[in-house]
Amino acid sequence: MPVTTTPPRGVPDPAPSRADAGAAVRAASTGRVASRVFAGLSTGAGLLILVTLAAVAAFLLIRAWPALSASPEELETVSWFTGGSVAEYVAPLVFGTLLASVLALLLAVPVSIGIALFISHYAPRRLAQGLGYLIDLLAAIPSVVYGLWGALWLIGQLDPVFTWLSSTLGFVPLVADYQAPAKNIMSASVVLAVMILPIITAVSREVFLQTPRLHEEASLALGATRWEMVRQAVLPFGRSGVISASMLGLGRALGETMAVLMVISPGFLFSFFLLRPGQHQTIAANIASKFPESSGLGVSVLIATGLALFVITFVVNLAARWIIARRAEYSGAN
Amino acid sequence: MSKRIDVADLDVYYGDFLAVEGVTMAIEPRQATALIGPSGCGKSTFLRTLNRMHEVIPGARVTGKALMDGQDLYGADVDPVTVRRQIGMVFQRPNPFPTMSIADNVLAGVRLNNRRMPKDAQQDLIEQSLRGANLWNEVKDRLALPGSSLSGGQQQRLCIARAIAVKPQVLLMDEPCSALDPISTLAIEDLIAELKSDYTIVIVTHNMQQAARVSDRTAFFNIAGTGKPGRLIEMDDTATMFSSPREQATEDYISGRFG
Ligand SMILES: Nc1ncnc2c1ncn2[C@@H]1O[C@H](COP(=O)(O)OP(=O)(O)O)[C@@H](O)[C@H]1O
Ligand SMILES: [Mg+2]
Repeated sequence: MPVTTTPPRGVPDPAPSRADAGAAVRAASTGRVASRVFAGLSTGAGLLILVTLAAVAAFLLIRAWPALSASPEELETVSWFTGGSVAEYVAPLVFGTLLASVLALLLAVPVSIGIALFISHYAPRRLAQGLGYLIDLLAAIPSVVYGLWGALWLIGQLDPVFTWLSSTLGFVPLVADYQAPAKNIMSASVVLAVMILPIITAVSREVFLQTPRLHEEASLALGATRWEMVRQAVLPFGRSGVISASMLGLGRALGETMAVLMVISPGFLFSFFLLRPGQHQTIAANIASKFPESSGLGVSVLIATGLALFVITFVVNLAARWIIARRAEYSGAN
Repeated sequence: MSKRIDVADLDVYYGDFLAVEGVTMAIEPRQATALIGPSGCGKSTFLRTLNRMHEVIPGARVTGKALMDGQDLYGADVDPVTVRRQIGMVFQRPNPFPTMSIADNVLAGVRLNNRRMPKDAQQDLIEQSLRGANLWNEVKDRLALPGSSLSGGQQQRLCIARAIAVKPQVLLMDEPCSALDPISTLAIEDLIAELKSDYTIVIVTHNMQQAARVSDRTAFFNIAGTGKPGRLIEMDDTATMFSSPREQATEDYISGRFG
């Protein structure tokens, strides 16, 4: 960057006889300018993020306003609209979004922690490296491919599993009444879980690898087996990192569109029947499916649901920060 | 609650590198044995072989014998985990678990044994161990605070409390005071003097005054040059070692002529 190399005005060119001292002065003042420029740039970048965030929020609010202020009669004119108000319309979508994402998280987090621990503390170095690459590769697969994979292959594989679940554990409402094909929220969550697995695994692995050797040895010297050492030193140290990783995954699952759209058979119910089709829909998938056939107030309604999604992701992130900060003094950071 | 260790012809390797060669040594119970020598001569390496902590490092291995009261520490059927439960270790840098409270740190080793312990027995053990580590009076009102809230010297004593809470036979200490200020160092030295009535203590130190103050017997290790293995040069009663060592190298090291 040219700014950093030009000497600032007011600093005269050093006399040749004092070249060394002059160079030192110039280096110091260039350094000062460089650091001021850098401080300016990073402050600017920080502000830019805030401005972008505010701009997105403002856009959502302004464009959603027609729907938010519309009367029930006006909303009736939108062909696919259900419920008496935007809030009533968006509520089951919020429910479906949260349910699908939380299920995905419940499925993905334990598996991710397991894989991450295996890579960081159990696998021989070669295998660990290979697995690491594989996980990173998984993260690079576009979600529409996951959607295709889920819709065309996974659903068929899940069918016998769900049939078995429903017939043996059918007395639990959650898994009662399975109906083929498996275009239900559970299948969508499995696809979502596979999608968010790589990011959670990759971040957790990094955190686990950062466990101070000192603490691992403290545990081993007390006579801990490897698993006990992991529980005593590695997992507590990595706790906040795993939470962050899970929140990253949750954020991805909340906003995931294609994979859900292609797998789930939509419905607008507050239903806990996870294996029935036509019960749930997520906000993102709903926007994608309705947008092409919408105009005017319809678009405004969809943007209002987008606003709801924006708020949810915001709250999730705040909650994560709060959880992490609450136990900061016990973390390995100090 | 205190056992002797006999080492015979012990070689320690890191992969192909012979780090320590041919150590034969008797470590008496209820005594403090100091290991001294220039840095890099294999004191830490040797110390870690006594509770098989070297096995944590990939490629590290030993040949030779190490017996605790006649029982082979390296026997085919001996689990390193059981060895470490009997031979505790305190490290150079204090390492209480940062995610645990002071009380939980003390109980960390006991919890590993999966012993379900009644609440009051736990309280007793916490008090007894912290008293044993001369730390009770300083922390008794804040047992629920994180271990990392203590000063460095207090943290090191917490680590000692954690180590003695499992009632080991032997306590190994690798330069336990090198990261501490003089006052904390003195506190630990006093503690070692008390602990040796119950435990066999082996302490690595680079500080010869410390060796002279706390130990009953002293072993001097030396290294012929970089890349050469460390060897045990001489071992004797501490008083003898510091007044009239048999070897010239010991004399030179103790009088500060090298190292
Ligand atoms: N983890 C390790 N891997 C390979 N070599 C090591 C390792 N730790 C120590 N060494 C080597 O073993 C020798 C003895 O080291 P160490 O036992 O730490 O000496 P001291 O504690 O007496 O200063 C040194 O040459 C050192 O480089
Ligand atoms: Mg050392």
